[in-house]
Amino acid sequence: MNDRMDVRKTHKMFINGKFARSESDRTYNWTTPDNKDSINICHASRKDFRDSVSAAKNALSGWSARTAYNRAQIIYRCAEILEGRSAQFIEELRAQGLNTEDATEEVRQTIDLLVYYAGWADKYGQLFSSVNPVAAPYFNFTVLEATGVVAIIAPQESGLLGIIAAIAPTLVGGNTCVALISQDHPLCASSLSETLHTSDVPAGVVNLLTGFRSELIEPFSTHMEVNALLYFGENNDEITQIETNAAENVKRVSICTNQDWEDKSSLSPYAILRTQESKTTWHPIGF
Amino acid sequence: MTIENPSLNLQADWSYDPAPQSIEHVTIKDSYELFIDGKFTSSKDGSYRDNINPATEKTLTKVAEAGAEDVERAVEAARQAYEGPWSKMPAAERGKFLFRIARMIQERSRELAIIESMDGGKPIRESRDIDIPLAAAHFFYYAGWSDKLDYAFPGRQAQSIGVAAQIIPWNFPLLMAAWKLAPALAAGNTLVLKPAETTPLTALILADILREAGLPPGVVNIVTGDGELGRQLVRHPGVDKIAFTGSTVVGKEIMRALAGKGKRFTLELGGKAANIIFADAAIDQAIEGIVNSIFFNQGHVCCAGSRLFVEESVAQEVTQKLRERMETLIVGDPLDKNTDIGAINSIDQLKRIQAYVEIGKQEGGELYQSNCILPDTGYWHAPTLFTNVSQSHRIVQEEIFGPVLAVQTFRTVDEVIDKANNTPYGLSGGVWTDKGAKIFKVTRNIRAGVIWANTFNKFDPVSPFGGYKESGMGREGGVEGLLPYLNLKTNTQ
Repeated sequence: MNDRMDVRKTHKMFINGKFARSESDRTYNWTTPDNKDSINICHASRKDFRDSVSAAKNALSGWSARTAYNRAQIIYRCAEILEGRSAQFIEELRAQGLNTEDATEEVRQTIDLLVYYAGWADKYGQLFSSVNPVAAPYFNFTVLEATGVVAIIAPQESGLLGIIAAIAPTLVGGNTCVALISQDHPLCASSLSETLHTSDVPAGVVNLLTGFRSELIEPFSTHMEVNALLYFGENNDEITQIETNAAENVKRVSICTNQDWEDKSSLSPYAILRTQESKTTWHPIGF
Repeated sequence: MTIENPSLNLQADWSYDPAPQSIEHVTIKDSYELFIDGKFTSSKDGSYRDNINPATEKTLTKVAEAGAEDVERAVEAARQAYEGPWSKMPAAERGKFLFRIARMIQERSRELAIIESMDGGKPIRESRDIDIPLAAAHFFYYAGWSDKLDYAFPGRQAQSIGVAAQIIPWNFPLLMAAWKLAPALAAGNTLVLKPAETTPLTALILADILREAGLPPGVVNIVTGDGELGRQLVRHPGVDKIAFTGSTVVGKEIMRALAGKGKRFTLELGGKAANIIFADAAIDQAIEGIVNSIFFNQGHVCCAGSRLFVEESVAQEVTQKLRERMETLIVGDPLDKNTDIGAINSIDQLKRIQAYVEIGKQEGGELYQSNCILPDTGYWHAPTLFTNVSQSHRIVQEEIFGPVLAVQTFRTVDEVIDKANNTPYGLSGGVWTDKGAKIFKVTRNIRAGVIWANTFNKFDPVSPFGGYKESGMGREGGVEGLLPYLNLKTNTQ
């Protein structure tokens, strides 16, 4: 058996429900921290991002119109699939430099996070919507709706938990997204795509890109069809660039730090509210 | 359907006697000063701006024009008040100040209404029945929140932010001041408010009310001036939060100015609302709704229903009835209780509206204006509607902020939803139909923050107001209206 050559995985991105290489055919070479392996990771272009936004935009009305119960089940299904593939993710996290214990903990925390947010899908609306007692004969109520297409610049420090902590509350709230995976920890991108693909997440609802932050921040923050942007990090030049560009179409920008995903105390429905809009409706009472 | 007498001439057949609001008990001072640290004070360089009554073009008074040094003084006073009395005061006591202010606005409501109409040109009926009572109601509503903030956002402890700068527009001067001040004060912040340069008077009378109410000096500071003053406030390092209501262009400029600064901000920007009339609507009620949606406050309303969509089968009937109704609208003296449409707020705004009407004609729109007689002096614009326009016309795309309505038709629900959403704005919308399921289908799919079904332009302090997309971010009113003025901490923080 020892002479059998192992079959290596080609690392791809996930655009519109398909496993895709960059349209530019570019890759960047990523070396494991122990310097044993060197892997080619797709190097997304601006065009890949634009294609992803189109996919996310097309998927938006369908995804946001699904029942909260259905979204909850799909996100719970992601947890189920991830649980079944734990070993694969642990292996990938180990390859990215974690010891077995930390890798196992990160995978478990990720699964639990998905279960946590799945449970919010049909509840946050009850908690944060209202019937408003206006001083006139009108029925007046406020509900939450998805902000729309969300661009995510995922935490650089984590290959799995960070990205899921960004995506899960976004999806629970009925948004669709395009996420840039950590440049330094890109190995889980493909396995994550496979997990989403087999969990009945509809095509285009989540699009995962790998590539360079420095290159993609500009299109992420300037695209006119992107309604909100979640940035994980503390680089003030990047934040300034994003917030300046966001003005062009009044994008909602959330600057998130590691505290927003690292430990369990960060779990809260307020992460869902980052990408929600409230709509108030009036109707006369009586005829 | 036939219209019995399409040439009904109400002007000739009936006329209204004047019903002027007496202005005897109102005193307008020769000059108005800045309100900083609890005192009325002239600006450092002693400059003033003439304040014009847009209905007469006469100078009403002059108002101090704040400069950079005055901004310093105001922000410093707000900081002192924040670190001093205001943050140390028990929340319930803070609330009692707001209750008291609400009551005092009610007590001086007629005076405020008259001055609002003289300063800004809006009909006395609107300032008397809408602006001023709602301003008082906002203070009354948020007063009660002061000592209940920990119930507002589950699992979080609510904390004030610090010093907020608030910049408000000229279309609802006192009401916008109340929208801004009341939730911010209830949340425990101190403030620097900048009213619009054409309409600062009622805010300065409010300052007098705040002083009489015994509000500690510096808790609210009011500086008057133009956009440059607003810029200075936005850029001031001592300001922790910016709240702005105004145009989308300026809102974007504020976002750029604040990029990378880590400062909180909320924006309530422009709109181009779709008002949708289905064939099964109660048409006569809908006509009243259309009039209210676009001619309320001379159309100087960010949430005005400036794009009318009429189902094709009733389009002729609706436009005919609308034209007839427009003929009955009384345009003129804001202080006459019969007046429906008052003066355009300023000469600049009048020119802007006139330029858009020209653009509409050049682009091939079919113009209809009511045959009202406009007064000789003052700034006036007849109620105007355009038919034969399409989605790409500038008067359909751009916010005019005047009494100009663009009418389009549609055949199916999906078509009108697409058309309604074909705009970068998303502030409000209207839908008129007798079918409940259709209401929910349409209201759910319009991307806007406030939707009126079988009504339009209704406001209430308990009802959140604010936009999707380029109409801004954040809400004013209701529980959610507290959020812009609070930091939410977890219990472990």
